[in-house]
Amino acid sequence: MESQQDSRRKFLKAGLITTAVAAGGLGVLEVLSQDEKKKKGDTVKLLSPDGKIVEVDSSEINPQIPEFVVSNHNVREGVPGKKFVMVIDLSKCKNAGKCRSACSKMHYLPNDRSYIKVNKMQDSEKASPYWMPTPCFHCDNPPCVKVCPVGATFKLTDGIVGIDNNRCIGCRFCMVACPYSARIFNWDTEYAMTQDVFKNIKQHAACSSHVRGTVEKCDFCPSKTGNNELPDCVKACPNGVFYFGDENEDVVSNGDETVQLSQLLKDKSGYRYLEDLGTKPRVYYLPPVDRQFPFKDAESGTL
Amino acid sequence: METAKIERDYNHELLKDLMPKKFGMQGRLWVGFLVAVIIVGAFGYYRQLKYGLVVTDMRDFTSWGIYISNFVFFVAISLVGSLVSAILKLTNVEWRTPLVRISEIIAVAAITFAAIIIIVDMGRPDRFWHLFVYGRIQSPIMWDVIVISTYFIISLLLLYIPLLPDIAICRETTSSKWKKRFYTILALNWRGTKKQYSIVNKCIRILSVLVIPLALAIHTVTSWLFATTYRAGWDSSNFGPYFVSGAFMVGCAGVISVMYVLRNHYNLQKYITARHFNNMGKLLVLLSLIYLYFNINEYLVPGYKMKTVEGEQLYELFKGRYAPMFWSVQIFGMILPIVVLLFKKGRKPLPLFIVSLFVVVGAWFKRFLIVAPTQLHPFIPIQRVPESWHHYIPTWEEWMITSASLAGALLIITLFVRLFPIIPIWEMKEEQMRKHQLAEQKDLYEV
Repeated sequence: MESQQDSRRKFLKAGLITTAVAAGGLGVLEVLSQDEKKKKGDTVKLLSPDGKIVEVDSSEINPQIPEFVVSNHNVREGVPGKKFVMVIDLSKCKNAGKCRSACSKMHYLPNDRSYIKVNKMQDSEKASPYWMPTPCFHCDNPPCVKVCPVGATFKLTDGIVGIDNNRCIGCRFCMVACPYSARIFNWDTEYAMTQDVFKNIKQHAACSSHVRGTVEKCDFCPSKTGNNELPDCVKACPNGVFYFGDENEDVVSNGDETVQLSQLLKDKSGYRYLEDLGTKPRVYYLPPVDRQFPFKDAESGTL
Repeated sequence: METAKIERDYNHELLKDLMPKKFGMQGRLWVGFLVAVIIVGAFGYYRQLKYGLVVTDMRDFTSWGIYISNFVFFVAISLVGSLVSAILKLTNVEWRTPLVRISEIIAVAAITFAAIIIIVDMGRPDRFWHLFVYGRIQSPIMWDVIVISTYFIISLLLLYIPLLPDIAICRETTSSKWKKRFYTILALNWRGTKKQYSIVNKCIRILSVLVIPLALAIHTVTSWLFATTYRAGWDSSNFGPYFVSGAFMVGCAGVISVMYVLRNHYNLQKYITARHFNNMGKLLVLLSLIYLYFNINEYLVPGYKMKTVEGEQLYELFKGRYAPMFWSVQIFGMILPIVVLLFKKGRKPLPLFIVSLFVVVGAWFKRFLIVAPTQLHPFIPIQRVPESWHHYIPTWEEWMITSASLAGALLIITLFVRLFPIIPIWEMKEEQMRKHQLAEQKDLYEV
């Protein structure tokens, strides 16, 4: 008799935990699709854990911005419980350039610089060229982190490769070690923002800051992701090229639609660039098939 | 001082020929020239500190330039210290004696400026101390810091310890007061006792064994700065021996060049003989042949496959924009010495000196060809950046800073020759005594 009661108690406990986890997940989803919520009023479309789209009244979900993001945060720790991941749909990119300008704005970079590049790629002579945006791939086996002599670049628990610009000695070994040319160097640029101003506006210390003579790169906008918002390049893209989300939750969103990560990669044959190098990037690509736009070369300008 | 006796009993001829001499007009002009180059370089570095690395032509794609290739050159040429003072010693090559100190001072001067030029290359030289506070042993740069500083200390000891008896001679013979004080401090109370000699000889033996693995390590680790990356043209398991063999070749040529200049300037024909040139010439042929072998491995194998990005990079070297430099370096810096020095006439002092200069200059540009073109060929092609980012043409600041570092190394060698006997007097004396003994023994047998 006793054991039966025990198992019932366990069952109830398990149920409670599951509900709590699900609610937490829903909270995240709610924020990820905030724009939608405004349009539709009181109900929100959500993806349930078993992959179905459900409509929920917004009053039922109560997103909580975790305290840790706002409070003093350790530079070398990521957002707990997260594994950030990005999927870039090459069939949708027409080189609108909005990701680049949004990145420049978000990171207080001069207009002609950004942490994301949009490259013209052509796999073979007869294949059609396509546009390939490349942010930092935040590799799980990062060559840049391996070679840093002072630990100024490091892997965070949430998957992001961070930089400590106050420790970097500017040897640029990470730049030659990165096979994707993702890193840029602060050669001279005197940005308007000083270190102190940055401290006040960015809660996440791992965010790249501008220190002359040090290396910078894409950081997946931790001040946004820490608050359950999408990075600026994702939000800025008019064509929904970028999907961003959490590998643990198996969910990514491009702002318009929220989809299951594993299903998306399976359905559209997601791949990672130069997989054979073994760097295990956290950025996936969907191949440029069934293009939404014809390829138009834009040689003018550097942006 | 009774010690003086032992020293003064030395053959006066040796003393007269080999003691450091005051600079003549030529010497003063030479030092003035070097100092001028260093001052201009220092001004270039001042500008770099003030405005940042933007004064260089390095940008996001070519983020390592001639500072790094110059660093590799310095590390390479410094290997000669171990070649002449260790490898030739352990293989019982008796003719090496007058060349030991020349090669050791080249090693010390070069490794000193290798360390300096790497600080010049840093974006934040003010944070150099981070290497010691936050150092990560996983990084090849840390390995380089460790082996280069160790090699620097061992090379300095290999220069200094065999110098002690000669410093003592300088102490006894100098008439200037401040010089006497200078030599007295440096001589470490050298009295020329049997015990002191046995300690010195023991030290030299231990150090010459230690310095060989270290020399291999400094240049192998330096090659790993490149070989541990994924870059086309650097991603090669051949890099370690390729770098080491090239280093021995340029080091050998460096010693030949310096010994030729010293021989002519100070009239040392009696000590640095045609035989020395002949033998060093043969050594240079051997080392060039080994280097040729590794070059064939390095370029023929990937050139046979012409993999996409690596192929583009190789094409640039073989037929593209770097072809003139590549073929000049390969022909004048590697093939020419093999051909010329195979003939006995080619190993005469003057032709050997000219060939050696070709090898040294070629080796400098070879380092540039290893460092720069690879970075212009990343996996994702360089595009949509300012036109100048597609090339790497060093600015005057870079050239002047680099020249200043080369001038600095030459200045160290020059000042050393001014202050100390460049040919070890006591070792030459020992050699003469040995020869004398041998001759006596021979006489005995013949009787």
